[in-house]
Amino acid sequence: MLDGRSQVRRKIGLRLWLSGGWLTILVFAALFAPLLSPHGPLEQDLFLGRMPPFWEAGAEPGYYLGTDSLGRDVLARILYGARVALVVALVAGSITALVGSTLGLLAGYLRGWVDVVISRLIDIWMAFPPVLFSILLIAVLGPGLVSIIIAIVVIDWTRFARVVRAEAMAQGAMDYPASAQIAGRTRLSTMIVEILPNVLPTIVVLLTLEMGIAVIVEAILSFVNLSISTDDPTWGGMISEGRTSIHQAWWIMVFPLIALFLTVLSFSQFGEGLKDRFDPVLR
Amino acid sequence: MQILRSLLFRLASTAATLVGVAVIVFFVIRVVPGDPIAMMLPPGATAEDIARLTALYGLDKSIPEQFFIWASGVLQGDFGTSITARRPVLDLVLGRLPATLELSIMALVIAVILGGVAALMGTRERGTKVEAGIDVANGMALSVPDFLWALILILLFGVAWPVFHISGRVTPSLDLPFVTNFYLFESLVRLRFDLWVDIVSHMFMPALALAIPLAAIIGQLLKQSLKETMHLDYVTLARTKGYGENHVIIREALPNAILPTLTLVGVQFTFLIGGTVIIERLFSYEGLGNMAIDAVINRDLPLIQGIVILFAVLFTVVNLVVDLTYALLNPRLRHA
Amino acid sequence: MSYLKISNLTVNIAGTSARLLRDVSLTVQPGEVHGLVGESGAGKSMIGKAVLGTLPRAIEIVSGTIELDGTDLLALSPAEHRKRLGQSCALIPQDPLTALNPSRRIGPQITDRLTDILGWDAKRARDRAAELLDEVQIPDPQRVLRSYPHELSGGMRQRILIASAFAAQPKLIVADEPTTALDVTVQKQILKLIKDMQQRHDTALLFVTHDLGVVSKICQSLSVLYAGMVVEATDVRSFFREPAHAYSRALLAATPKYTDPEASLTPVPEEVIAAVKAEVDAADARLRHG
Repeated sequence: MLDGRSQVRRKIGLRLWLSGGWLTILVFAALFAPLLSPHGPLEQDLFLGRMPPFWEAGAEPGYYLGTDSLGRDVLARILYGARVALVVALVAGSITALVGSTLGLLAGYLRGWVDVVISRLIDIWMAFPPVLFSILLIAVLGPGLVSIIIAIVVIDWTRFARVVRAEAMAQGAMDYPASAQIAGRTRLSTMIVEILPNVLPTIVVLLTLEMGIAVIVEAILSFVNLSISTDDPTWGGMISEGRTSIHQAWWIMVFPLIALFLTVLSFSQFGEGLKDRFDPVLR
Repeated sequence: MQILRSLLFRLASTAATLVGVAVIVFFVIRVVPGDPIAMMLPPGATAEDIARLTALYGLDKSIPEQFFIWASGVLQGDFGTSITARRPVLDLVLGRLPATLELSIMALVIAVILGGVAALMGTRERGTKVEAGIDVANGMALSVPDFLWALILILLFGVAWPVFHISGRVTPSLDLPFVTNFYLFESLVRLRFDLWVDIVSHMFMPALALAIPLAAIIGQLLKQSLKETMHLDYVTLARTKGYGENHVIIREALPNAILPTLTLVGVQFTFLIGGTVIIERLFSYEGLGNMAIDAVINRDLPLIQGIVILFAVLFTVVNLVVDLTYALLNPRLRHA
Repeated sequence: MSYLKISNLTVNIAGTSARLLRDVSLTVQPGEVHGLVGESGAGKSMIGKAVLGTLPRAIEIVSGTIELDGTDLLALSPAEHRKRLGQSCALIPQDPLTALNPSRRIGPQITDRLTDILGWDAKRARDRAAELLDEVQIPDPQRVLRSYPHELSGGMRQRILIASAFAAQPKLIVADEPTTALDVTVQKQILKLIKDMQQRHDTALLFVTHDLGVVSKICQSLSVLYAGMVVEATDVRSFFREPAHAYSRALLAATPKYTDPEASLTPVPEEVIAAVKAEVDAADARLRHG
């Protein structure tokens, strides 16, 4: 029994290390993209279109992961694409967490009409197909980074609101918030000082998961061609372009797909790893 | 009596949700930049032409006015006319609905089978390497959304080892004798197994991509609740009666373990249906989702409205069905 | 010849040297009621589980034999073991609220063993179930057979579990604290019912309990356990007249008297605990070297 427990621990540790490791690499790749890539992400060379990656015959030196149909360096575009992915993950994730958690906290702790209104909104939001909703929003807002971030916040705030509301309700039903109020705290300060710290671990876990989702939403939107302007390198855009020439030049699609896959997997596994760490009744 | 009252309450709250959805969609899409009327006319159309068409689609009125005209139409079953296709929205949407329904249900079936097998295997082999392997696979499947699984499946089984079709709903050159749009179902009824195989081999990849995350959720939840159930006294008692592990898991533990899983699967199934939008796009599958994206790109306002409302109806119906199934399966509620 | 013969049974937490049963031997004659008594954690339930083959996966049998009617159960394959037990043994579980499957009707839960394991036809099994419910004094058996567990009271459910245990006419029944979870008023009735049924069907009973009062009412012989070790095995009459082991005496002194339930209870003295612990250590040493 004891052995089993320590094995579980180790597995969780490994998961956090692996996913955290990839995300760290990604952050550095995004920060130092200009130093790491020998070419610019927008540099075209039509004579060097669809060059294979370095280990294949006919590779062009200096283009390690090959080039796309316009002769742009795939590696450079992945590195610069990481910037877009991470900015979306951080900014959209944080704002979503802030908006969703605030609404969830208010609904779950204050109850009453606030809860009725927010819960009704959550119900309505849950009845929307999220991908379609995001595409619709981008159509309304016009393409661009800011639009994507707004769209993610508008669509995904319910993820936080639902969970935080339930947690705040559970915490509010316990004895300690009541005794804090008896001790003279206002409801609002009780909510922030007493309830919030107990809900915070959940929010952090959800935030990590949300970052992965944000990356995917961005990829989906650039795939449908509604994201940033088509020239700017995004993983989703690269995948979309690569799909059309998949039989002739597999690398155009496969490398950004691997980057996207590992990133999404890492955010999610990091979140799950954190969840297990925070969870006091771990299995 | 209690069930009836809660059912009525559910219906009322569903109606309120649908009204909310309608209002939001209606007003959101009225802010879409880009003039749908200008897009449908050939270059060189006169201002008069534009004004005439705008009036025809009711776009010259104020937005609240437009909403009431539209809403009163909807209540009479009239969802307006598609601007691009110039056909009633309802006809277009209902024409595509079967394709999306068949895809979603096939995905659900695949997810239940995969997830169920994973949960049962994991429970049978609990505490062994097999269970650990299932857990890792579940974790992976859950971490990555359907969109990415779809791309990976396209690469693996469409490009590297092309065994399945990755585009369309049926091979276009085939002669289809169908009168409904339920191709999968109708080909079976007509005993046209050649067509059925072709349709399945088109649907399998998108359905599998949609199914993988749901399968992981079912696998995880069901296994957890099975394992909890396996410790209970009635399971032990069944063992002492001489029954083997398989029997004990399937007949004693499973019926009780399914209930907690079921409610969550309902919500997850609506997520799956929402996922068809992008998956249909990826596989050029002629369903509602694919039509929806075209509608957004073409600024076909009445069509967008119709599709979003239909999706919302679909979601609420699924939730209702799940709740009813839950009540039917739970003897405590059934006899209350 | 004894019907159940456990010899030198030692049980560990799997993969460790943590012992749960130490060199346990005991016999139960056909038709005999044998009590297993001891404080909680003494391993009395563990013996019942070992006999019925329902030990958790994390627990392993290190050595010893469990002979049922001359066959060593531990030498059988797991499937044969289960089948053999299904045909000749049964369990009366502790908690009637959790021992019936909430999603199945009562009828099939009684008849499933008869039809599936013993190969009876459905009609005969149903008649037998109704007959047994009648025997355990449940009114309107036909209605009860169609009911779900949640529609019945705790006492009713325990009666059903008793009927179910006797349904296949087993030679041995393990009763795992069958009255502990019940109200005091119901306890007596259930105990009497088990005793009546046992005598009518002439079934051997392995009766797990922590209550010496119960032992005196139903058992013919008993084994006293401490830390997974049998400290005394004797017949009931001599046990209550003249317990041989100091721990048994202390246990007896710690049991409330029926005649004077208000009398202050004597806890087991520390020197007795120390002595019995020394015996446990000695048994461990013997097991290591033998």
